[in-house]
Amino acid sequence: MTTPLLRLTGINKSFGPIDVLHDISLEVNRGEVLCLLGDNGAGKSTLIKILSGVHKPTSGRMEMDGKSVEFGSPRDASDHGIATVHQFGGTFPLMSIGRSFFVGAEPTRRWGPLTIYDRKRANEIAVTEMRQLGITRIDDGDRLVGGLSGGERQALAIARAVHFGASVLILDEPTAALGVKEAAHVLRIVLQARRKGIAVIFITHNVVHALTVGDHFAVLIRGSKAADFRKGEKSREAITDLMAGGEQMAELEAEIESFSATNDAPRDGAHA
Amino acid sequence: MTSQAHDQPAVVATAPSAPHSSMPSLGSLVRRPEVGSLIGMVAVLVFFSIFGGANFMSAGGAASWLNVASELGIIALPVGLLMIAGHLDLSVGSMVPASSMTIAILSGHYDLPIIVGILAALGLGLAVGFINGVLVIRTKVPSFVVTLATLFALAGLTLGLSIILSGSTSVALKSGPIAKLVFGDYLGGKFQVTLFWWIAIVLIVGFILNFSRFGNWILAMGGDAVSARNAGIPTDRVTIALFMSSSLCAAFVGMSQAILYNSAQVAAGQSFIFNSIIAVVIGGVLLTGGYGSVVGIVLGTLTFAIVNQGIFYTGFDANWASLIIGVLLLAAVLMNNTFRTMALTYSPRTKTRAR
Repeated sequence: MTTPLLRLTGINKSFGPIDVLHDISLEVNRGEVLCLLGDNGAGKSTLIKILSGVHKPTSGRMEMDGKSVEFGSPRDASDHGIATVHQFGGTFPLMSIGRSFFVGAEPTRRWGPLTIYDRKRANEIAVTEMRQLGITRIDDGDRLVGGLSGGERQALAIARAVHFGASVLILDEPTAALGVKEAAHVLRIVLQARRKGIAVIFITHNVVHALTVGDHFAVLIRGSKAADFRKGEKSREAITDLMAGGEQMAELEAEIESFSATNDAPRDGAHA
Repeated sequence: MTSQAHDQPAVVATAPSAPHSSMPSLGSLVRRPEVGSLIGMVAVLVFFSIFGGANFMSAGGAASWLNVASELGIIALPVGLLMIAGHLDLSVGSMVPASSMTIAILSGHYDLPIIVGILAALGLGLAVGFINGVLVIRTKVPSFVVTLATLFALAGLTLGLSIILSGSTSVALKSGPIAKLVFGDYLGGKFQVTLFWWIAIVLIVGFILNFSRFGNWILAMGGDAVSARNAGIPTDRVTIALFMSSSLCAAFVGMSQAILYNSAQVAAGQSFIFNSIIAVVIGGVLLTGGYGSVVGIVLGTLTFAIVNQGIFYTGFDANWASLIIGVLLLAAVLMNNTFRTMALTYSPRTKTRAR
């Protein structure tokens, strides 16, 4: 088998006396979507922060393409081709699409003796890249990011990562704040990124979304990896149970059922 | 010597708005957030043209508000850039007299060549700005507090050193004809040469904000400092550079005032603290950063100067000027908010989409 693009071996992280992650080992391959599942507080965010260079692991080994790496800063991680897109995507709502697409890497052109920001080219590239991800409504790169919908902002951020040659794309709950249609669109974009050979790490607590796009799944429970399986190896129910901590979910459901029964209310399950 | 007896309008509101970049299409022009500032300026101009009589629109009348606008504008532009980047600089209020006193004491009291005084005054500006910038990025204390501290520290330093060195709080300065002509003269007996400096700085700042990479970094930092740093922007360097430019410009105004009026006073210049913020906010810059335009800042500066000076051409008591500015500020912020919302929702093919 080929070497995975990104491999974590025995990653531990503690903040002072509090252990947040124990012995996490993961592998991500090119053109594959790894879904990182877990309930709130399971350690997903900490793991993302380690991957994106915000935190350093207390111990453990990180390899890219078989070579050991260590990220001193988010900049360092992005230089290694790791791009992180957060839940709300575009972080500069009052900047134009073209400008925010190229923040920190602005295209320039000569203008007499001066080097100036090439607004036209920036806008063109930004709009083209977004179109390639199926956002066809946007045809003016001068529009402000704040005028985009949540899904469009996700698309903008993903388009940006793809354009700048990310090889690992970390998506932190990209669908959590979106409606059904927009979430579907973002999932389609995830598959498009996968087809381009990008390794996608998709963080979510929505099992349906995970099953739609995932090739490979890892479930975190209280800082440990509780399960690691490939597509088709586990059912949706089994995964939901795992995320909520196994038996606890059954208990919870029983509790809900008895509550519904005594209150004579129509059954209304959890999300997903 | 600077603006009159009224200099304490409180700035409470968060302010809004301004544009994306250069050369928009005609269609989007009407949606540009500066429209609010433009309407405001035209309104006060019309108002004072009617109530101010012929004098207000004469060359002398125009000079009186353009002169005020030029000095304020030179400071408001870099302060505006700082505000777009998410910072404030209150220390300009002390920087102006500190710089005036520096040149007056060196070139007036000690009779050193005028160029020494000029360079020392501007150098002091760069140094104070550097200290402001370093303090803000090192301590992570909000720039409001840091520059409030340097405002007072510098005022105390100026007063103390002036008394020790010259024995007075007011020092006379005699500058040669060249320095006069370049920094502190009246053209046609009316228009200060600072007007040309203002125009030059408008062009420079306009270039920086709209056409340079640096301008994009400023906008990004004001939008989200953490993301900006993660995107590879040298945020510390940009912050220091911005604080240095605002202090430098304040020092420039202090220096040119000393040359213009042939003297310097310890207490001058405090009015610039709020006046610069007001001009910037009326001009549609978002007080929390991330948004603003040079055209807006220029319009805001003109609006402020027109009200400030125009009142003397009307039959009203000049004490009402502050009331007008207060009301105007609030109205401008509300109007700018409206235009900013319009700019956000602006879509060439006005097609709304379910979220």
